[in-house]
Amino acid sequence: MSRCTERLYNGLVKENPTFVLMLGMCPTLAVTTSAINGIGMGLSTTAVLIMSNMLISMLRKIIPDSVRMPAFIVVVASFVTIVDFLLEGFVPSLYDSLGLYIPLIVVNCIILGRAESYASKNPVLPSIFDGIGMGLGFTVGLTCIGIVRELIGSAQIFGIALPEKINIGSFHMFIQYEPLTIFILAPGAFFVLACLVALQNRIKRNLANKGKKVPAAAGCAQGCSSCASRGICGGHPEDGMPAALSEEAAADDAQDRKAENEESKNSENADTGKEGV
Amino acid sequence: MQELLLIAVGSAFVNNVVLSQFLGICPFLGVSKNVKTAAGMGGAVVFVITISSFVTGLIYKYILGNPNIMGGELEYLNTIVFILVIAALVQFVEMFLKKVMPPLYSALGVYLPLITTNCAVLGVALTNVQDGYGLLTGVVNGFATAVGFLVAIVLMAGIREKIEHNDITESFQGTPIVLVTAGLMAIAFFGFAGLI
Repeated sequence: MSRCTERLYNGLVKENPTFVLMLGMCPTLAVTTSAINGIGMGLSTTAVLIMSNMLISMLRKIIPDSVRMPAFIVVVASFVTIVDFLLEGFVPSLYDSLGLYIPLIVVNCIILGRAESYASKNPVLPSIFDGIGMGLGFTVGLTCIGIVRELIGSAQIFGIALPEKINIGSFHMFIQYEPLTIFILAPGAFFVLACLVALQNRIKRNLANKGKKVPAAAGCAQGCSSCASRGICGGHPEDGMPAALSEEAAADDAQDRKAENEESKNSENADTGKEGV
Repeated sequence: MQELLLIAVGSAFVNNVVLSQFLGICPFLGVSKNVKTAAGMGGAVVFVITISSFVTGLIYKYILGNPNIMGGELEYLNTIVFILVIAALVQFVEMFLKKVMPPLYSALGVYLPLITTNCAVLGVALTNVQDGYGLLTGVVNGFATAVGFLVAIVLMAGIREKIEHNDITESFQGTPIVLVTAGLMAIAFFGFAGLI
């Protein structure tokens, strides 16, 4: 059972998909115009993640290695379709505000990344808990960004407007705040995320200065050595020299990755957690 | 004709796929380090999205949305079918280019496998169905959306090449400054809203 709680901790804190790994940036930017949308998107993704992790883990010995990617995609897409219809039927308002981004959960790199790096190698129960942990981590991330954007952009929290007056004993505080609408528009998403990544950089640098181990970010902008979805994307153009992915180069590529992995293990970035589990 | 033009301008600039719809953020951040690779990636995206919106449009028109097959009730399979078709199509296009057009392959080939996970491709296919676009309109919409991606990623790469030489606060180096730049570009793209 401790393995399951370890998975929860891993998803929520140690490898939080939004704050630490920087995965799934498209929905993170697109649907966080309010905290409610963030929660809705996060929980939808969590549901898909739990079910797909469960099924893929059950089928891990049946799916042949060579066609695993298409098989994973079919599993994920089926669950996404189910979630899509459930939301349309039971939460139509959320369905309207999330719109196109619900079917796009299929291409969210968190889900295929977890399927590839965890569920396809581990038993069912830990895989389910891995899904719960990662999904809740994602939900927390989206909700936090949603709260910030909603607060600054429309002076509300979870759809409730800020009070105009706060009374503390005989002390009255009047709040006059003109919402900065730009924060719920597209540019605001970029600004908030930029500040978030900058904060993360700073914290990491401080930790590194103190000699502590820092988990590596895995966003596509960060290179492949620690990317959870490298099995899907197959390579990454680095320094303007895209990784050649033709069949002849595949072998070299694999060797490169092995070397890269060892390198990153030796360096301060401890991404052994991912490989070692 | 005028309607097509409006759709094209709308998808390419007003509702820019990266800067206002946030599709394809990963390649936008990852492959925009210099103009040449950015243009390669953009070209490959234009190529794949145009073909995929044509193929998914065909599939929708004659199979999934066809009232003669299962009473037109196969629409719930849209997401599953489209993502598989796109994944297969990308592989197929790669093999085809390698055999038939080696020069084009050497220009675009290496970017093609990265495109399968680009959500813009699936996004365009689904938007075409949701907005009820026909085959021609869908292809025009796909092409224009991809051109919007090309414009955004090339502009971003041009700016990033200049940013390299700037003195940036240590915490903001790397991804954060790119995101801030993208935000400013998104504000600039608001200016296109008056076009339609």
